[in-house]
Amino acid sequence: MSAARQSSILKDSSLLQDIRRDWMLYAMLLPAVIWFAVFMYQPMAGLQIAFKQYSVFKGMQGSPWVGFDHFVTLFQSDFFWRAILNTLMISFYSLVLASPVPIILALMINEVQSTGFRKTVQTAVYLPHFVSFVIVAGIVIALLSPGNGLVNNALEALGLDRTYFLTRPEWFRTIYIGSSIWKEAGFDSIIYLAAIMGINPALYESAQIDGATRWQMITRITLPSILPTIAVLFVIRLGNVLEVGYEYIILLYQPTTYDTADVISTYIYRVGIQGARYDIAAAAGVFNAVVALILVLVANKLSRHFTRTGVF
Amino acid sequence: MMSRPIYSVGDRWFGRVNAILLTIFALCALYPIVYVTSLSMSSGEAGSSGQVWLWPVEWTLAAHQHVVKNSLFWISYANTFFYTVTGTLTSLALVIPAAYALSKARLRGRRVIGFFIAFTMWFHAGMIPFYLNLRDLDLLDSRWGIVIAFALNAFNVILMRNFFESVSPTFEEAARIDGANDFQILWKVYIPLAKPAIATVALLCAIARWNGYFWSMVLLKTEDKIPLQVFLKKTVIEVNITESVAGAISQQPYSLETITGAIIVLSIIPVLIVYPMIQKYFTKGVTLGGIKE
Repeated sequence: MSAARQSSILKDSSLLQDIRRDWMLYAMLLPAVIWFAVFMYQPMAGLQIAFKQYSVFKGMQGSPWVGFDHFVTLFQSDFFWRAILNTLMISFYSLVLASPVPIILALMINEVQSTGFRKTVQTAVYLPHFVSFVIVAGIVIALLSPGNGLVNNALEALGLDRTYFLTRPEWFRTIYIGSSIWKEAGFDSIIYLAAIMGINPALYESAQIDGATRWQMITRITLPSILPTIAVLFVIRLGNVLEVGYEYIILLYQPTTYDTADVISTYIYRVGIQGARYDIAAAAGVFNAVVALILVLVANKLSRHFTRTGVF
Repeated sequence: MMSRPIYSVGDRWFGRVNAILLTIFALCALYPIVYVTSLSMSSGEAGSSGQVWLWPVEWTLAAHQHVVKNSLFWISYANTFFYTVTGTLTSLALVIPAAYALSKARLRGRRVIGFFIAFTMWFHAGMIPFYLNLRDLDLLDSRWGIVIAFALNAFNVILMRNFFESVSPTFEEAARIDGANDFQILWKVYIPLAKPAIATVALLCAIARWNGYFWSMVLLKTEDKIPLQVFLKKTVIEVNITESVAGAISQQPYSLETITGAIIVLSIIPVLIVYPMIQKYFTKGVTLGGIKE
């Protein structure tokens, strides 16, 4: 920092000198900068097709401008509104039901005294994170299979009817969120465990001298100490409510469950990639990206306000 | 760590209940994998009639033998190895030098370039323009397209930069007195120091490559280029979700269910083998990437 400040006091000639001095560092940066320009920024120019009547033959430049026509079409479409609503619903339920699980898990793991048992539990609960979505979906399909899946066998044994869960819209969110918890809750607890490790042990020692129970130590020391971490991660999630796991949803949903399963990004995938209506799908993408950016900025403001530490 | 405290009766019960619940959670985490493994080792009859729930019923490896005879399974397996190895090496070759340069406070334009990279975490053009860009670059259905187009992301650059920033500048100063230039300092001093961080980034890339399916599915059309996860999607998801093939192979020692199980088990084995060794690096990655800038 001080070197940069010093040099900024000097005149323009020192800028060239600095660049000449550090040319190797610029050379190291160049490939990555080119990569970001080609694969991240160049597509941003392609966002213009959201405002054009795209034709493959005329190309991106040659296609005529149509202003906000595609956006009007989208907002008149029930399917687009359904996708927005489903995105928000899945995010909301994940926020409420799935995000507390890793916190509870971290608190529980932290209470284990035996190192061996703790390591074993951690190894087991982190494992599903490394299983791919395709395999998770494959296992979910096998478990829920109407003919011979384990869940339906159990239901039948209890005298209940067999259900083809994956074709029932009312079950989709439960299946999606439940299997997401299975896959990620363990791994997500790592960050909370790291925060717990940072708590000053003297707090626990003095609480013990005062005769506090373990439950009291959790609720009065551990939980308040990791509250900033919880708050920041909550705000990050809030900023990302439009980002739902479409790669996973695509594996699990079917036309019969679109009513609850079709989210903005799966809608974009179907209309754009599968249906080749690039302009309409790009318009939906523009809407998604702009709203997402606003949400992230608001979330960061909130985070600064509450915890005095920005997310970025 | 604290010395082991002496607990009251209530606290000891708390500990027991906690241990029992955690044991249940751990078993829940493992159960689906055990179930699929047992399913894959059961007879076709037992698999399709739903008798399997914990251990293999009528033990047989017929399903596994059937899967390993499929040449497309092995081609996709080899493809996944190719994409994982070349993809991870490409990522490292791009991430390490860039992160090193960005970690130097003296670098002019450091903040601007840092923002140029970090901005892509908050705003990206989205699926369709990204896809059309690849099409314009003629990278559809291309192995190298898969390797290069997904080689970088801002998070990995920032994670690596955070590590380089935490290294004491005295290392660089000492090397500079010995007459080393920036390339030599990175190669001989910083890379050896950064081994844990490099391992973390490498494993993040490798796991993403091994497990990812979406863009390979979208971009690759030729059958002999597809990775394992796309093969899995075609054989496990698309076949099962319609259930149209069920019963068609009932006279065999395997069934659709046991075949599905066998494909899943055979594709997950490499992950299960390396997982115990790599676990600690992921823990490091979560804390290193952290919430810092």
